[in-house]
Amino acid sequence: MNIPLGDYLMLSAFLFAIGLCGALSRKNAIIVLMGIEIMFNAAILNLIVFWHYKYFATPTAYIFAIFAISIAAAESAVGLALVIAIYRQYKSVDVDEFTSLKG
Amino acid sequence: MDHTEYLQHLAQQQWLIPFFPLVAAAIQSLMKRPSRKASGALTIIAMGLSCIFALRAFFATIGSGAEHHEVERTIFNFTWFKFGTTSLDLGFILDPLTAGMAAMVAFVGFWIFVNATGYMAEDENFTRFFCFLSLFAASMLGLVISNNLLLLFMCWELVGLCSYLLIGFWYFKPSAAAAMKKAFITTRIGDVGFLLGIVMLYWKTGTLTMYTHDALHPGALEQVGALALRNGWWGLSTASTIAFLLFIGAMGKSAQFPLHVWLPDAMEGPTPVSALIHAATMVAAGVFMVGRMYPLFTAEPGSWVLDFVMWIGCITAVFSATIAVAQFDIKRVLAYSTCSQLGFMVMGLGAGSLVAGQFHLLTHAFFKALLFLGSGCVIIGTHHEQDMRKMGGLRKYMPITFWCYLFGMLALSGVPPFAGFFSKDEILLSTFHRNKYAWGLATFAAFLTAFYMTRQMYMVFAGKWRGGENDHGHDKHGKHDDHGHGQHGGEPHEVTWNMWLPIAVLSLFAIGLGFFGHKYGEYLGVAGAESEEGMAVVMGASLAVVALGLLLGWAVYGRKTMEHATDEDPLSVALGGLFTFLNRKWYIDELYDVTIIRFTATCGVFFRLVDKLIIDGALHAIAWTAWGISQFFRWIGDEFFINGGFDAGCESVRWEGKEFSKLENGRIQNYFRVLSLGAAVLLLIYFFT
Repeated sequence: MNIPLGDYLMLSAFLFAIGLCGALSRKNAIIVLMGIEIMFNAAILNLIVFWHYKYFATPTAYIFAIFAISIAAAESAVGLALVIAIYRQYKSVDVDEFTSLKG
Repeated sequence: MDHTEYLQHLAQQQWLIPFFPLVAAAIQSLMKRPSRKASGALTIIAMGLSCIFALRAFFATIGSGAEHHEVERTIFNFTWFKFGTTSLDLGFILDPLTAGMAAMVAFVGFWIFVNATGYMAEDENFTRFFCFLSLFAASMLGLVISNNLLLLFMCWELVGLCSYLLIGFWYFKPSAAAAMKKAFITTRIGDVGFLLGIVMLYWKTGTLTMYTHDALHPGALEQVGALALRNGWWGLSTASTIAFLLFIGAMGKSAQFPLHVWLPDAMEGPTPVSALIHAATMVAAGVFMVGRMYPLFTAEPGSWVLDFVMWIGCITAVFSATIAVAQFDIKRVLAYSTCSQLGFMVMGLGAGSLVAGQFHLLTHAFFKALLFLGSGCVIIGTHHEQDMRKMGGLRKYMPITFWCYLFGMLALSGVPPFAGFFSKDEILLSTFHRNKYAWGLATFAAFLTAFYMTRQMYMVFAGKWRGGENDHGHDKHGKHDDHGHGQHGGEPHEVTWNMWLPIAVLSLFAIGLGFFGHKYGEYLGVAGAESEEGMAVVMGASLAVVALGLLLGWAVYGRKTMEHATDEDPLSVALGGLFTFLNRKWYIDELYDVTIIRFTATCGVFFRLVDKLIIDGALHAIAWTAWGISQFFRWIGDEFFINGGFDAGCESVRWEGKEFSKLENGRIQNYFRVLSLGAAVLLLIYFFT
């Protein structure tokens, strides 16, 4: 079975759009974080697909992708910790209420 | 060391003469606790030391003139300070004129100080008195030894200041406070002329040093020959103009008509001060200054300055003598006689005889100090009585004072062989050569002198004691006399030794000094200039008028002395209204009151009005105009255009800020939306171009 490159790219674009939609429209901070994770994964999928079709001989992008995934994991852990800390402060996870850092 | 070197050495040490009294004054002014003994002793010791130095200089100069027939003048100049290329020099001089004068001032001053310890013994401000007195003597000695008009002027003003302080020593008396002001202001009028003269001298010669003995940088008085050839003001040469201006200063200081009014009022001071002012220091300064600057006066032959000097002196001599005839205050008679004698000195100088004027200054200092100190003794002896009508018969109570006073009176009247006869005769002789009318008037003044002194002698010392009759009158004489010895109006008594010793010493000089007149001429180095012509006429006339004065005095006051203090003066009976006129001093003070003083006051009021109305008015008008203009610009320009434009700009910036700040609301998703929108727009641009 041979799936063409364009299909993968379409999938990746849909994933990104779904993530963006979620990050922009939802009030819940956890769901915003989830949307961001989806956008991350769309980007990583893009990277892997381009590697598989164009530079299969070298492992550079493979390793790069693994780095990106682990960093994304760390980032989401930090993000969740922040959300928990904010929740303790405000008793809420509504992102519209977190405006105290504005200039 | 030869003689010239010795003189140079002495000239360098001239400053020591005023130094000691100056230090004494300084110490007394800084003393922690006033102490009568310390301050009296300090003053007298200081004056004694300066007297020793002055006499040493005097004896060193004796004989120097006679050998060379010209004045031996030793000077010592030094630079005071420099600014740029100009330097101000000060200097001391040692010549016969200075040495004789300094010796007289120090010597007479010393004895006056001794007398003052007795006169002021009861005063509570003893230390202040002696402090001022020392400063007075120091400044006069400084004036005498200065070889520089700047130093002379400084000392001149110091002398004026000290006389101001001392005349008003009992400042709580309103009359003393008025007298001190009068003395200061009147002499100040003369000082304006003096200062103008100094400035003009500096302007024309470029130096204020009198003698330098340096051909390259000649002193002011060494340039008189050149000055006499240049034109000055009022048709005079420059030299004579300067001399005239300087003489105005001397008129104020030496109480010449019409600036004489301060001197009689100066009687408000304690009597030793009067003695010092009238004999050794204040009034002597003017005559001495004229003598010191004499080359300027004589530089231009035939100028009217010397005539002016002579006539001023002559008028003063006669005028004051007439007033002295009708006074009742023992010190006032002496004060007017001082005026008159100063007139004689100035007349002598104006007649062209430096020797006559200066010699009379010296002899007069001795016998006038004697007379004033004697009157001080009388005042103390009679418990602060100054009215001659309430004295009388003091010969019995105060024999020593009587005899000394008699010598002084004979010297002043010009009875041979006392000192006044010789010096006055020299003046009369030189005036005789110059102008017969002036000589006639002066001889009349000499007659009056003999008459009023006889009158005073009879009123004070002859007859019977009239004090104590009318006792209530003299309590007003002062709060200062609450002393312990005896009661008011008690019997008069002889004074203590420290008061009569000075007058005894001075009376020796009043007797003997006249014989040195010829020597003094040689000493000053101008002997032989006087012609002996007319000597017999002058001497005969003056002897005759003196005898006439004495006789008339005896006839009016001596034959029948006053019985009671309230008796009318016999002269007043004879002269009537004229006596009152003289007693009121020709109404000169009243004349000044209604003319100069009224005029000045009116001017003051007028100028105050001018100030208020015109100057202040103009200022206010300008101020209001400026204010109005500024208001206009404020409303039209500033408020409307500038502020308006600025405000509008500010408003729009503020509006923009408000609008933009709405974007910055802290909602993270808003930022994200804008970011995404931007990215989308960029993507679209990428795809379609």
